[in-house]
Amino acid sequence: MTRGLVEIVDVRKSFGTHEVLKGVSLTVQPGEVVVVLGPSGSGKSTLLRTINHLERVDGGYVAVDGEVVGYRPSRGKLHELREHEVLKQRSEIGFVFQAFNLFPHLTALENIAEALVYAQRRPKIEARKRALELLGRVGLVERSQAYPRQLSGGQQQRVAIARALALDPKVVLFDEPTSALDPELVSEVLDVIRDLASSGTTLIVVTHELGFARDVADRVVFMDDGVIVEEGTPAQIFGAPREDRTRAFLSRFIEPTFQI
Amino acid sequence: MSAASSTAGAVVPAWPRAAGRPDYASYAVVPARHPWRWAGTAVVALVTAAIIWSLATNPRWEWGVVAQWFTAQSVLTGLAETLKLTVVAGTLGFLLGFVLALMRLSSSPLLVGVAWTFSWIFRSTPLLVQLLLWYNLGYLYEKISLGIPFTDVRFFEAPTTTLISQFAAAVLGLTLNQAAYSAEIIRGGILSVDHGQLEAAAALGIPAWRRSTRIVLPQAMRAILPTAFNEIIGLVKGTSIVYVLAYSELFYTVQVIYNRTQQVLPLLLVATVWYVVITSVLSVAQYYIERHFSKGAVRTLPPTPLQRARAFFSVHAKGIR
Repeated sequence: MTRGLVEIVDVRKSFGTHEVLKGVSLTVQPGEVVVVLGPSGSGKSTLLRTINHLERVDGGYVAVDGEVVGYRPSRGKLHELREHEVLKQRSEIGFVFQAFNLFPHLTALENIAEALVYAQRRPKIEARKRALELLGRVGLVERSQAYPRQLSGGQQQRVAIARALALDPKVVLFDEPTSALDPELVSEVLDVIRDLASSGTTLIVVTHELGFARDVADRVVFMDDGVIVEEGTPAQIFGAPREDRTRAFLSRFIEPTFQI
Repeated sequence: MSAASSTAGAVVPAWPRAAGRPDYASYAVVPARHPWRWAGTAVVALVTAAIIWSLATNPRWEWGVVAQWFTAQSVLTGLAETLKLTVVAGTLGFLLGFVLALMRLSSSPLLVGVAWTFSWIFRSTPLLVQLLLWYNLGYLYEKISLGIPFTDVRFFEAPTTTLISQFAAAVLGLTLNQAAYSAEIIRGGILSVDHGQLEAAAALGIPAWRRSTRIVLPQAMRAILPTAFNEIIGLVKGTSIVYVLAYSELFYTVQVIYNRTQQVLPLLLVATVWYVVITSVLSVAQYYIERHFSKGAVRTLPPTPLQRARAFFSVHAKGIR
């Protein structure tokens, strides 16, 4: 069974008078890895947050596997779902935050087990087992009893990824997962995401790591000023961008060609 | 790391030193001296000794009378009443305060308005006035009834004076007053928790009630506890104000006794010492409860005084042996 089809259709969103998303449409196939690039303030984080209804939309809709997220379509209107219905949908969509947002008063293990016990009502022993398994997957079994503050930034983000995977989501969303990390810690997090990419889960990653985008993405989407400017394969976007705005954005990241 | 270990055995060439400078590296390190700290310590020690001396030797403190009344049956009964009032008013006050804090943080303007008005009224009127008002409620409303508003349906009806006993008036006054203050303390604590915590919990599909009790409150507790204990300690002594209702708690009890025996100061001391005892117990409780909620907030928990003492003696015992 393929799962994790994400359809974003003409999504609009304003904060006050500022229109952040000006009608964004994007379809992500099951198992596809899409990297969203764009300057800050281009609306990419907001777009990501509408996918699991952390942000309400003003128009348009998002559907995961054909089910509209956060709303029930009925008689020409989208009625916002009740809290517990939204929570149920969210448990099928993992979210990894830029600032990790681990629960500081819970151990790494408890951070992961929390949602298993209280969102999915699984027995505690089973949740613990699953949490350890996930910690193993991100290479942190021996740190299961550590509190977030006792972990490095890279380790914290790996725990956060394990936490997002706990509910076996159809889709995992990454909101600049390495932007808060020291440069030498970036690769350990990207490696975990890379592993995940080959596992067949749909991933949508907002990032500034162009190298990662080139290696791992099936498709790269470039956003600017609340619209998708251009999308294509990494080879196409990085090799031969069609739009001036894309070219201008990428040129700021091009490494000098000489090497020491 | 491997580089360091490989050079450890090798002969490391001395770093070129400025010509003529002595070999500081071989000097012993001497900590800075703090003469004023020593002077201050001496003054405080002297004053403390003088106070203790006068307390012990001035016969007018009448410590014998204090000892005689300290564990008298009537005093202990008063003490129990004080503790009962503190526990009941403290618990109800903080529960109501929690509800009020949630109301203040809700997005319904009516709930926010009502919670705000509650705090405003109860914080801006003297507790003494509130207590007397509750006690004399029977003058304002002869009967209290429970029914459906604006209809004649009544489930329950009783004269106010039989309902509002001294205890009821005391608990009402202390609770409502406490709730107004604790609402603000709890609200402040909740606001101090990063919004990302709520978002992360929501993104995981954790239900709202669980988000509040498991994610937000334990973190808010760190901000709430120090002020909350201030409030509880204030409440312990604040209960003495209900003597105006002739409610026989600790303070009223000693008043009754000294009015009879004329030993005013020793009996006030009896009450004072008991308040000190309660507060001391609460302070110890505060230390351990705060320590519990600081889990994860500090990299390693500091040792408790008991652990520290044990470590001290184990080290020094070794020295003696």
